[in-house]
Amino acid sequence: MPVTVKLPTILRKFADDQARVTAEGATLGEVLKDLESRYPGVTKNVLADGGGLHRFINVYVNDEDVRYLGSLETAVADRDVVSILPAVAGGAP
Amino acid sequence: MVSELDGVLYKEIVEQGLREFPNECCGLIAAEDGVPARVFPMTNADASPATYRLDGKEQLKVFDELDERGWDLWAIYHSHTHSDAYPSETDTRLAFYPEARYIVVSLADRTDPIARSFWIRDGVITEEELSIA
Repeated sequence: MPVTVKLPTILRKFADDQARVTAEGATLGEVLKDLESRYPGVTKNVLADGGGLHRFINVYVNDEDVRYLGSLETAVADRDVVSILPAVAGGAP
Repeated sequence: MVSELDGVLYKEIVEQGLREFPNECCGLIAAEDGVPARVFPMTNADASPATYRLDGKEQLKVFDELDERGWDLWAIYHSHTHSDAYPSETDTRLAFYPEARYIVVSLADRTDPIARSFWIRDGVITEEELSIA
């Protein structure tokens, strides 16, 4: 089931400078795995060392924050749009 | 190279900063054909005097709007309410947008706001001259 994945500028260098790419999977986790196999390195900073989503990366499926849906287990369907959006954040050291 | 920011847009940012003081304020500046066109003040989800994080849903909405209009992300700004207009270590570590300049507005002296502009790429901070006209 192909879904569209929108990539932030910082990750496009792994995907031939494309802003939108296609990947397949039944869950967000599968989609990210497929994405990594197509464009090695692209999910390196999206996933935390422990395996979950990195704290400062927001991922949306059709505009819904996956943290409230089921994180990597979130089901995705044909033609869904997955947006990967690093947080805009900062603070005192 | 000098980057120019319209005084009217700058005033919007300073006023937001003063309104949200002592918490840090944050937002985005979008450009049309390379010229800063609009300020998008954003909610600081941290609501903190020491940190900021754009509300994620608002951020997604604005990014989609920029896409639709064909506008670019020109700058990401936030205020420092107790320190200089210079990116902190955390600001640098969490700079995930190499395509945008980072503008820091210091309101340490609220009667004399100071804005400076930086590119933060791969952990390296490079200041650019910011002209407010």
